Amino acid sequence: MSADFRLPSGGRIDRDTRLRFTFNGQSLAGRKGDTLASALLANGLHQVTTSIKYGRPRGIMAAGVEEPNALVQVAEPFSEPMLTATTVELCDGLVADGLVGHGRLDTEPDTARYDAKHAHCDVLVVGAGPAGLAAALTAARAGSRVVLVDDQNEAGGSLLGRDDYLDERSSDAWVCDVIAELAAAPDVLLLDRTTAFGAYQDGFVLALQRRTDDLGFDAPRHVSRHRIWRIRAKQTVIATGAHERPIVFSDNDRPGIMLAGAARTYLHRYGVQVGRRIGVFTTNDSAYHAAIELAEAGMDVPVLIDARHTVPPKLSAECATRGIDVYPGHVVTGTEGQERLTDVHIRSITGGHADTVVCDTLLVSGGWNPAVHLFSQLGGSLRYAPELGAYVPGESLSSARVAGSAAGAIELMACIEQGAEAGRAAVTAAGFRPAAEIPVPFADARADEAAATVLWRVPGSENAEEDTQFVDLQRDVTVSDVTRATGAGLESLEHVKRYTTIGTAHDQGKTSGMLAAAIVAEELGADLADRRPTTFRPPYTSVSFAALGGRDRGELYDPIRVTALHDWHVAHGAEFEDVGQWKRARHYPRQGEDMHAAVLRECRAAREGVALMDGSTLGKIDLQGPDAAELLDMLYTNMMSTLKVGRIRYGVMCGIDGMVIDDGTVIRLADDHFLLTTTTGNAAMVLDWIEEWLQTEWPHLRVFATSVTEHWVTVPLVGPKSRDVLAAVAPDLDVSNDAFGFMTWQDAVLDVADGIPARICRISFSGELAYEINVNAWDGLALWEALINAGEPYGITPYGTETMHVLRAEKGYPIVGQDTDGTVTPQDLGMSWAVSKKKADFIGKRSFSRAENLRPDRKQLVGLVPADPTVLLPEGAHIIESDHLPEPPVRMLGHVTSSYDSAALGRTFALALLRSGRDRIGEKLYAPVDDQLVPVTVTETVLYDKEGARRDG
Amino acid sequence: MQLIPCPWCGPREEVEFHYGGQAHVSYPADPAALSDEEWARFVFFRDNPRGPFAERWSHTAGCRRWFNAVRDTRSYELHAVYRLDEERPVTT
Repeated sequence: MSADFRLPSGGRIDRDTRLRFTFNGQSLAGRKGDTLASALLANGLHQVTTSIKYGRPRGIMAAGVEEPNALVQVAEPFSEPMLTATTVELCDGLVADGLVGHGRLDTEPDTARYDAKHAHCDVLVVGAGPAGLAAALTAARAGSRVVLVDDQNEAGGSLLGRDDYLDERSSDAWVCDVIAELAAAPDVLLLDRTTAFGAYQDGFVLALQRRTDDLGFDAPRHVSRHRIWRIRAKQTVIATGAHERPIVFSDNDRPGIMLAGAARTYLHRYGVQVGRRIGVFTTNDSAYHAAIELAEAGMDVPVLIDARHTVPPKLSAECATRGIDVYPGHVVTGTEGQERLTDVHIRSITGGHADTVVCDTLLVSGGWNPAVHLFSQLGGSLRYAPELGAYVPGESLSSARVAGSAAGAIELMACIEQGAEAGRAAVTAAGFRPAAEIPVPFADARADEAAATVLWRVPGSENAEEDTQFVDLQRDVTVSDVTRATGAGLESLEHVKRYTTIGTAHDQGKTSGMLAAAIVAEELGADLADRRPTTFRPPYTSVSFAALGGRDRGELYDPIRVTALHDWHVAHGAEFEDVGQWKRARHYPRQGEDMHAAVLRECRAAREGVALMDGSTLGKIDLQGPDAAELLDMLYTNMMSTLKVGRIRYGVMCGIDGMVIDDGTVIRLADDHFLLTTTTGNAAMVLDWIEEWLQTEWPHLRVFATSVTEHWVTVPLVGPKSRDVLAAVAPDLDVSNDAFGFMTWQDAVLDVADGIPARICRISFSGELAYEINVNAWDGLALWEALINAGEPYGITPYGTETMHVLRAEKGYPIVGQDTDGTVTPQDLGMSWAVSKKKADFIGKRSFSRAENLRPDRKQLVGLVPADPTVLLPEGAHIIESDHLPEPPVRMLGHVTSSYDSAALGRTFALALLRSGRDRIGEKLYAPVDDQLVPVTVTETVLYDKEGARRDG
Repeated sequence: MQLIPCPWCGPREEVEFHYGGQAHVSYPADPAALSDEEWARFVFFRDNPRGPFAERWSHTAGCRRWFNAVRDTRSYELHAVYRLDEERPVTT
C-alpha cells in the first residue's frame, strides 16, 4: 500500500516538524502534533497488533481513549506498557510495538519524577469542548475561581475533529478567543493534557497531567513527567463528551473498520486520509457528514449503508452529488480481508437486495454513548434514553452537573447552550452572580434531519465456533459468549461482565459496555430501561502506579524516625530493624560475626559484665494534673494512686474487653505528675487512648497528657558491672542498693561535659542489675560516649533489640504485640499479680469475670524447650499433642510467639501461647517444622534466674 | 475524599480523622452491677443502621478533639456535627 496518506494541506499538525519513529521495527515519519495512531494512518498502516485470544489482526478503531484495539508497548523515549496508539503523542525517536494482551513492565527503575499538586476552585469544568468552554467562560466571567481540565493537547474537543462554524467564523477562532479570555482571567487555571479520572465526594476530583510526554527525549529532567492534580471544587461541570458506539456484525474487527467520527478527526485534526476507498455504515445522520467530508477531501466513498428506512433528504442529496450511493434500510452483514479490509457484504434489512462492495475502510456509527463516567462515580443514577440507545444522567446532583453530549445532547448548538447554562447554574450555586448575558455563539451546524435508529447488532452465525461478531474487541468476546452467559442463567450485567470478561480490559468497556448491556437485555427479553448498567468506578483511564505514588517512594515512602544516637550506631556498624517508623539498632556485628554470633556475645556481656543500648524509642507520656492518679487507676490494671513519689511501678493496660493492649512503667515525679512509658510501637496508640477516655468519658478529670518520647534519650545500662559504670559518670550519686533501690528513680547531674542533668531509673528488662538513664535528647551522645568510656575497663558492649529480646525472654517478660495478639488477658500471661483486687473498677476489669475469660483451656503463656538444645523453633510454629502428624484437621494447642538461642542457658528456648498451658508444664508436646515433628517440653516462662537473685547486682 | 467539618477547625480532609464508632454509648456507671450479657452488649454490640447514624470522630491529625456526627451510612453525607456534651440534633 502506498505510504503517503497525508493530505497536502489541512489538519492541525506542524507540517514543518518531521518526527522519526519506529513501529514494529519499521522506520517511519510523522509530524509534530500527530498521535502515534495518526502517524501510523498517515503511513497507511491500520493494523497495530493481533487479538489476545484468537490472534486476529486488529487495527486502529478510534481516535481517543475509547480505543479498544490499538494497544502498544512503548520502549523509547520512556518505557511504558499498554498504552493506546490513539493517546500517545508522537515524539522524535519514539519506538513502540503493537502489543498482544499484557504489557511488560520494564525491569529498570523508573527514574522520572512524578508529583502531585492541590488545586481549589469554585467551579471545575471537565472537558474543553464546546460545552465545557461555554461553561468555563460563564463561570470565569462571574469572577469565580475556575479550573478547566482537558485531556487533549489543545482545547476544542469535538470541534477539533469537525469543520463547524460559530458566529460565521471557523469554530477554531471561537475556541482561541475563549481560551485567550480564560488565560487572561486572574483566577482561572487551564490544564491541558490532563485527564480527570476520578470524581469523589465533596467536589474532590483527581486528574492526571502528562507534562512532558510530548517532548520525548527533550523532556527536562527537573520537570515531573506526570502530575496528579487533587482538585477540590465547590461545583463541577462534567462536559466530557460522548464516545461513538460501534455496531456488531460478523467480522466487525478487521483493520480498516473504524468509527466514523474518528475518521473525521483524523481528517480535520491530522490531515490524514484513513483509506482510499471508504464505505460507511450508520444508524444516524452524523456519519453522513463523515462521508461527505471524506469525499470532499478526495477519498473515494462509494457507499453509505443506512440502517434506517427513512434517510435524511438533504444529506442524501449531497451524497448523491459526490457519487456516494446511499442504501436505506441496509446493513453490513460481513466483511472480507486479512490484514486489511477488502470487501464489505451488505444486505437489505427486509431481504432481497444483497451486494458486496470493495472497500479498504469501513466507517461505522451506531450512535453516541455519553461519557457519564465521572457522574456515575459520584453516585449519580443513570437513565436509559431509548432515542439514543444509551445511558444518560438520570438525576441532578447538588454539586455536579453534566452538559453537552455527556448529557446526551447531539447538536452543537445544544451542547454550547447546555454548557453555558451549566456554568451559570454552577457559579450561582457557588455563591456568585453570573453575568446577565451568557455568551453563546451561533452555530450554523445543521440540525439532524432524520431521527437516529438504535441498532446493536446485525445477526450473523450464532454458532460459537464460527461466531465473529465481536462485542469486546480487546477481550475477544463475541455475541455467542454473551448468549452463553445468559444461557447459563446469568441475568445481572455485573455477572455477565465477570463471566465473559466484557468491559474488563484497559478500555473498561467504553465501546463494548452499552452493546453488552443491550445484547443481554435482548437475550432476556428485558427492557433496558428496567435494567441497571454496570457501575462506573475510577479510574476513567489507566493511571500508572508511578504517577499515583508521586514522590512518596524510596526514602520518602514513609517517614523515617531515628534517635539522637543514630549516627553513632551507623558509625559503629549496627544493623538496623524497622519498628514502626523507627530505625532501631538490632545488633552490632564485629568483623566476621553473623547476627547469631553477635547476639550471643552481646547477651553474655549483659549477663556477665556490662552492656548498654539505645532505648530512646520507648514511648513516653507526661501526665500532669490533680486527677492524674485517679485516671491512672482506671487505665492500668494495677493500683497506681498508691505509688509514692520517687518510685516506679510496672503496669498493664487492657481494653474494655479485658485484653492486654500495652504495658510499661509509671514513674511518680510529684503528687500530680507522672511519666508513663509505653512500648515503642504503641506510643501513639496509648496517647490516643488516654485522650479518648479523658475527652469522651471523664472530661471532669483535670489531667493533661503530652507525648515526650523524642524529648528524652533513654539508655538502659545493664549488667553486674552497671553500678560501677554509673558511679563513674555520676560521682555525686549514691548508687548503693540501699540508697538507690530497685524500682526507684533519682535525678542527678552527671560528670559529663559541663555536667548534664539526668533522670535515672532502676528498671530492669533483663533481670540483671540495670539502670535506665534519661537525658535531654541533645545530651544523648555525650552521655552515650561517657558511658562507653567509663565502661571500657569492664568491656562495656553496645547491644541491639535482638539481644534485648533474648534477655527479656529468658526472664519470661512478654512483649505486647509479639507474645500477645489482642486475645490475651493479663491472667493468660501469668500476670494476675499485676491485676488489682482492691480497685472497684478499671478498664477491662468487668471482662475478666466473663465466662469465656475464665475458661481453664484458654491459651496461656508458657516456656518451651526443644529436646534438642540446638533446634531453634520458628516463631509462629504450631504445637500439637501427638508424636505423629494425624489426618487433618489437626488440633492445634497453640503457637510459638518468641524463640531464641540463649547464651546464658546454653540452649535454645521459646515462649508460646498454649491451651491450658500452665497445667501442661512438664508435658512433652510437638511442633511441626517443615516435615519434622520437633519434641518440646513445656516449662515455666522464667528460665533464667528464677529466684531473681541478679536484680540487685 | 470526603470533607469532614470539625466543630473546632472547620472542614478538613477525612484522612485527618479517626473513626470512633457509635456515639452516645456511655461507659456504664457500675460495670460490676451488670450481668455478663449486659456487659457484653456494651463491649461488643453496636448499631449498624442504613441511614442516619450518630457516631464519634476524632480530629487526630488536627486539634485532636473528639466530637459527634450524624452521618448517613448510605450517602456518607454528614448531616450534623456536634460537641460531645450536646444532645443529638434533629436532622432530616
